[in-house]
Amino acid sequence: MIRPHRSHPLWYAFMLHRLSGLALALFLPFHFYVLSLALTNAARFGSFIEWVHHPLVVVAETGLVFLLAVHFFGGLRLIALEFLPWTSRQKTLAAFALAASFFIACAFFLSAI
Amino acid sequence: MLNTRLYYLQRVSAMMMAPLVLCHIALMIYAVQGGLSAGEILSRTQGSVLWALFYGLFVLAVSVHAAIGLRVIVFETFGLRGILLNAFSVVVLLASLVLGMRAVYAVVAS
Amino acid sequence: MHIREAWKDEPLVSNSGTMKVSVWRGQGDVGQFEEFDVPVLDNQTILDVVSWIQQESDPTLTYRFACRVGMCGSCAMMVNGKPRWTCRTHVKKVRKDGAIEIAPLRNLPVIKDLAADMTEFFDKWVKAEGVFHPSKTREDPIEPINHESNARQQASAAIECINCAVCYAACDSVSSNSDYLGPAALNRAWTLVNDERDSAAEQRLKAVSGDGGCHSCHSHQSCMNYCPNELNPTASIAGLKRESVKNLSWWGW
Repeated sequence: MIRPHRSHPLWYAFMLHRLSGLALALFLPFHFYVLSLALTNAARFGSFIEWVHHPLVVVAETGLVFLLAVHFFGGLRLIALEFLPWTSRQKTLAAFALAASFFIACAFFLSAI
Repeated sequence: MLNTRLYYLQRVSAMMMAPLVLCHIALMIYAVQGGLSAGEILSRTQGSVLWALFYGLFVLAVSVHAAIGLRVIVFETFGLRGILLNAFSVVVLLASLVLGMRAVYAVVAS
Repeated sequence: MHIREAWKDEPLVSNSGTMKVSVWRGQGDVGQFEEFDVPVLDNQTILDVVSWIQQESDPTLTYRFACRVGMCGSCAMMVNGKPRWTCRTHVKKVRKDGAIEIAPLRNLPVIKDLAADMTEFFDKWVKAEGVFHPSKTREDPIEPINHESNARQQASAAIECINCAVCYAACDSVSSNSDYLGPAALNRAWTLVNDERDSAAEQRLKAVSGDGGCHSCHSHQSCMNYCPNELNPTASIAGLKRESVKNLSWWGW
């Protein structure tokens, strides 16, 4: 449950950054494992890559692309916040990060199907 | 649970990854269209010093970044501190480095 | 225009029924909400509501206030789950479905009812070196300060803090790390980092760079969202982060 003091856009932006980072960190070992199959078990590596175009997998991949993009743009926002002169447009920047991530996820989805 | 050094490493690894992530996303969108195959991936990466450097650097940065990020989450969520927290961070760092470098080696040298 | 018309049409004090007000009662970790029926007035702050309860309904209700005009920073409480300075918070603005819930400030121990124990909040100001260390003595001539200088402008932007602990109660970095110095103390440290009369820059930077220091801030920006004086501790803490990185030594601390 989201407590009342947290219900403002920049807190949501924080939570999105944390959850996307966590999800990417958890995905990473699996990603590395599949790639390393190229060396240890080429046949299995091939069959894993075949899956890439299964509709459900495409949806999952689009989700991952979105997470990566939103962590990327959100991270740029935080680096700008910390290392550049302050701007009062924090909410606009967070909204832009979200919109750009949707755009990239859609671009991936359209080119994957 | 961050001191200046960890904070610095977290931000520097993030800045290092910014261009790498952009390339990675662009490559994904480009490569996935018209079907992706094991052969296609490997033909791009096998024997390529450039891709080895690109992904090697990526793995290094992401390992540092993920280890520090997870360290903060584990501390704030579960209250792990002290030696246990340091041990956790080092294990994440090393595991990610080993798995990641093995993956890079696999797609470049196989 | 609007104010004048409202003034003309309605009497200053008119009784238009009562409202349900839930107030936290208890000591330390133990307590529960108790409901009161409080008369609704046209011009009424949350502090008025609390005072009415204490004066007219239950004289044992404990709370803290002093100036009643937003200067002293004593009366902050959680109102419908958000930290507020109650003397300047109008009932009309914060009533939710006709009801109000008032609780002691978050992230601090409770002494009794609505009075939070501010000890750790103020101790952290000292821990963050939020203390002025003069570089001159009273024998020296007064140092001329250029108010246009960048450093002075940054110090002035952050200086109007009334120590109300609204930011401290709003901050989730404080809730997840009890050692975290918090937005108010770090904001104060930032004003002193930019104060050219101060002589303890290095000491202060060290004080705000430890385990509970500025790097624990995740820029939720709740502090600036709720600060009644519209200060921006997030920006101040970002300044401290930059300074700490600039002065980072890999072999020292």
